Amino acid sequence: MSWRRVLAMIRKEAIQIRRDPSSLVIIILMPLIQLFIFGYAVNLDIEHVPLCIYDRDGTQTSQDLLKHFQATEYFRIVRAADSYNEVVQHIDDGTCTVAIVVPPQFSQTLHSSGQASVQALLDASDNNTASIGMGYAQGILRSYSSEVQAEWIEKQGLATGPPNVSFQARTWFNEDLESMANFVPGVVALVMAIIGAFLTSLTIAREWERGTMEQLISTPVGKLEIQIGKLVPYFIIGMADTALCAGAAVWWFGVPFRGSWTVLFGCSMLFLITVLSLGYFISVLGKSQLAASQLAVVATVMPALLLSGFIFPIDQMPVAAQWITRILPPRYYVSILRNVFLKGTTVRVMEGQLFALAIIAVVLVALSTRAFHKRLE
Amino acid sequence: MKLRQALSRVGHMLRKEFIQTLRDPRTRLVLIVPPIIQMMIFGYAATLEVKHVSLAVLDLDNTQESRELVSRFSGSRYFTLEQYATRPNDLRDGIERGDFLLALEIDSGFAQCLRGGRGASVQVLVDASNSNTALVGLGYLNQISAKFAQDYQADAIQRKAPQLASFVPQVELEVRPWFNEGLDSQWYFIPGVIGNLMLIMITTVTAFAIVREREIGTLEQMMVTPIRRWEFILGKMVPYFLIGCFEAAMLTLIGGLWFEVPFHGHASVLAVGVMIFLLAALSLGVFISTITVTQQQALIGAFFFILPAIMLSGFGTPVSSMPPFFQKLSYVNPLTHVILVLRDVYLKGAGFKVLWPEMAAMAVFALLLLGVSVLRFRKSLE
Repeated sequence: MSWRRVLAMIRKEAIQIRRDPSSLVIIILMPLIQLFIFGYAVNLDIEHVPLCIYDRDGTQTSQDLLKHFQATEYFRIVRAADSYNEVVQHIDDGTCTVAIVVPPQFSQTLHSSGQASVQALLDASDNNTASIGMGYAQGILRSYSSEVQAEWIEKQGLATGPPNVSFQARTWFNEDLESMANFVPGVVALVMAIIGAFLTSLTIAREWERGTMEQLISTPVGKLEIQIGKLVPYFIIGMADTALCAGAAVWWFGVPFRGSWTVLFGCSMLFLITVLSLGYFISVLGKSQLAASQLAVVATVMPALLLSGFIFPIDQMPVAAQWITRILPPRYYVSILRNVFLKGTTVRVMEGQLFALAIIAVVLVALSTRAFHKRLE
Repeated sequence: MKLRQALSRVGHMLRKEFIQTLRDPRTRLVLIVPPIIQMMIFGYAATLEVKHVSLAVLDLDNTQESRELVSRFSGSRYFTLEQYATRPNDLRDGIERGDFLLALEIDSGFAQCLRGGRGASVQVLVDASNSNTALVGLGYLNQISAKFAQDYQADAIQRKAPQLASFVPQVELEVRPWFNEGLDSQWYFIPGVIGNLMLIMITTVTAFAIVREREIGTLEQMMVTPIRRWEFILGKMVPYFLIGCFEAAMLTLIGGLWFEVPFHGHASVLAVGVMIFLLAALSLGVFISTITVTQQQALIGAFFFILPAIMLSGFGTPVSSMPPFFQKLSYVNPLTHVILVLRDVYLKGAGFKVLWPEMAAMAVFALLLLGVSVLRFRKSLE
């Protein structure tokens, strides 16, 4: 291998990238633009769930109960229905996600037998919002129930006192339980996973398709030299993108950064090498740019979105799906970035993840070097 | 006469496209197989349900009461008890390493407080680096503790005044989840996965089909034929429209038959909705091809639109949780509408009467974008 030829190859690629300034601008700005869109829009915080109430009892007691729903920020009462049909209609057309129906004779039942119930109807087609809304409603009812109990116990003169068990929760790493702090590092990983593989996924296929591969073949440049020459310019662009995104996450979005920048950049370099090699391998494999691009999409976009733990937690997936995530680089990078940002984790704790990423990188580099043949068939 | 000529030109264009797309076995494979495999994997992976929260317990009180509380957690199907810790530091280290998500520390004096009728408190450490899982976990925790407290009180009253025990007032919530009685996460996400896969494939493939001709120089050959620009674009769109229909039919079948998402609606409503969406995706592809020159630009350009479209569609995170500006933006997004159509047809059995605004929105998007693209498209090379 000659460094002179590698340098020449790098120069050729760099010139090719520079000749196309609009692409260069898009490549550098796109991650940042995506980060801004996602940073603001991707949010799992569920508040102000639209609520419909239907009070069939119409007593002081039932009004008192419904006031508890008014007082929280979890619900927003958008409709007070007058008939059951109206309730059904509001749920059907999506005006309300939750409806609370107080049955007739609610207060009478409560005072005579002690047991009363309230109905909650949920639009569960969005099961996440529905589960969380259900949890809120149960919490509100529980506190109402214990208020009623405390009053009753006092009236009966039973000195048992409220035996309530309270939890003093200390939330670590993301004290305010903010979605943004959780998602923004994930978005950086997501964008880099996709951009990284896209950058290189067409480089070889393009040379074949345009016929310039023949010219490359007739030069003395070796296949390893071609590979290094093709990857280095994109590696530099990728690192610039990472720096921009990480900077925006910290200084614009105010995501806490508790780790060290050296660890962040070290891990990012390893990750970039992995995804660039993945793109390069796809490019060698795909031959035509259409086939290569579809392969790149399959190998990067949906895995980075769905199998990385970015939105959907990996430990809650079926075991088979969890195994698949282990061979995909985004999974490790999402977790590394979250750890470095929120927990300030050191390299020693992340040894396992870094090791796995390194193995994937080595395998991909080896595979793509083997798959590429510098000859015409 | 003129129309017949035009139709015959489009016909030739179509033949050329079909031959070109389906000739290469690799491309054929790439168009059909990956969406199916992806559907199978992502159908399982996409879940926001939190079914098991890993937990560690440190019981410094070690009384009947504290053991009873711990057994409530170890017996719950929501929690998996990973560790009985012996020192407070075990909890901290474990959370830091990510061995478990929640850690309970029951200090000594817990039972004494309970017996004395004072509120007893338990310390909880939460790894909140994933805020959603942490919130749901805390919710389970509160539920179990409330049940524990209630039972404890019932016992106390039973002992002191057994004649009153059955009269302790209590209000229960009867929950009826509609459309998805088991609160099954798969039912919610699979329609979204179908929409995402179609958007990604159809948009990139269409964009590539046109840009490729420009890049490898065959657009020059097209230039010397009498074909008009709208005929050219039509010829490019029809084959991918058909592939898209085939794809959509397969994916919806997998959703219904393999994942057993209940299908309450009419196939015709779904078909119309999906076809309009395909038009929108095709138009987006054509539009991208008019603003890019090389296939690499087209690929990155396509995802410049596709990624925000996915994230703003309400696929993974609800639209109602977004800031108002992004909520408005999501109305323009055809993926938002098609996911709504798919979900409502599957789960709610909705018909045209409810869904026509979604379909109209997608149609307007498709026609506008297609109009702009035809105007922007130049057969000539500059």
